Amino acid sequence: MASDVTRFNIQTIDGVTIAKFIDNRILDEATIQVIGEQMYRLVDDHGLRKVVLDFESVEHLSSAALGKLINMKKKMDAAGGQLAMCSLRSELLKIFKVTKLTKVFDIHASVEKALKGF
Amino acid sequence: MSETMIYNQTFASDLHVSADIQKEIQELWQSHGMSDMDLPDMQLALEEGLANAIKHGNQLDTSKKVTVECYLNEDVVRIVIQDEGDGFDPNDVPDPTLPENLDKPSGRGVMLMKAFMDDVIYNDVGNQLTFIKRCTFNN
Repeated sequence: MASDVTRFNIQTIDGVTIAKFIDNRILDEATIQVIGEQMYRLVDDHGLRKVVLDFESVEHLSSAALGKLINMKKKMDAAGGQLAMCSLRSELLKIFKVTKLTKVFDIHASVEKALKGF
Repeated sequence: MSETMIYNQTFASDLHVSADIQKEIQELWQSHGMSDMDLPDMQLALEEGLANAIKHGNQLDTSKKVTVECYLNEDVVRIVIQDEGDGFDPNDVPDPTLPENLDKPSGRGVMLMKAFMDDVIYNDVGNQLTFIKRCTFNN
């Protein structure tokens, strides 16, 4: 998997895949496009059904990135899988709260807390 | 102290060029001592404003230009972004927080700018955006 999902650090814990963003800025369109495609591959090509997206490294996120995350959630729901997010710093959490996407996504403070939901 | 223009650039509607422009402006803000607290908010608003101008305003037509100006008046930063599109009425943008819109992948840019800036203003045509924020500068 590592060769085609280079924008993530991937590890598996108890059957759950932790996909940690490497980029600290998911802001410009070119970066978002690549990250989006790699993220979708986790579901479409690698058949993963239990995924935690780890935002610990992410400092900036734009509305276009939110769009990719929403599409990822839809893909996972359609595949009958489960998607969670964790370790969002306060600036990022504010973006999710303002847009009320906290109602859409399963957001946890840490990887450990996210894993308990599976 | 009066307002001073610290940046002015006109460029083709290309998202890669926009990324370079944003980097220039960010470095300029940093050279003026903008705090780490304000920088992410300003970067987000700038990205959203330029992306809207290029994608929705100029429809990714590289023959059309975007102009971005940045002004500084003591601790108040004002950005003006102008595109060559037909404009839009920001009041017509559906509320992305309504239950029926929550899972739509787009339509949150204006809302984020309004959330993070002190003021967001469109001209009557809707092809010129101004956003303003009082920031902390460490110099």
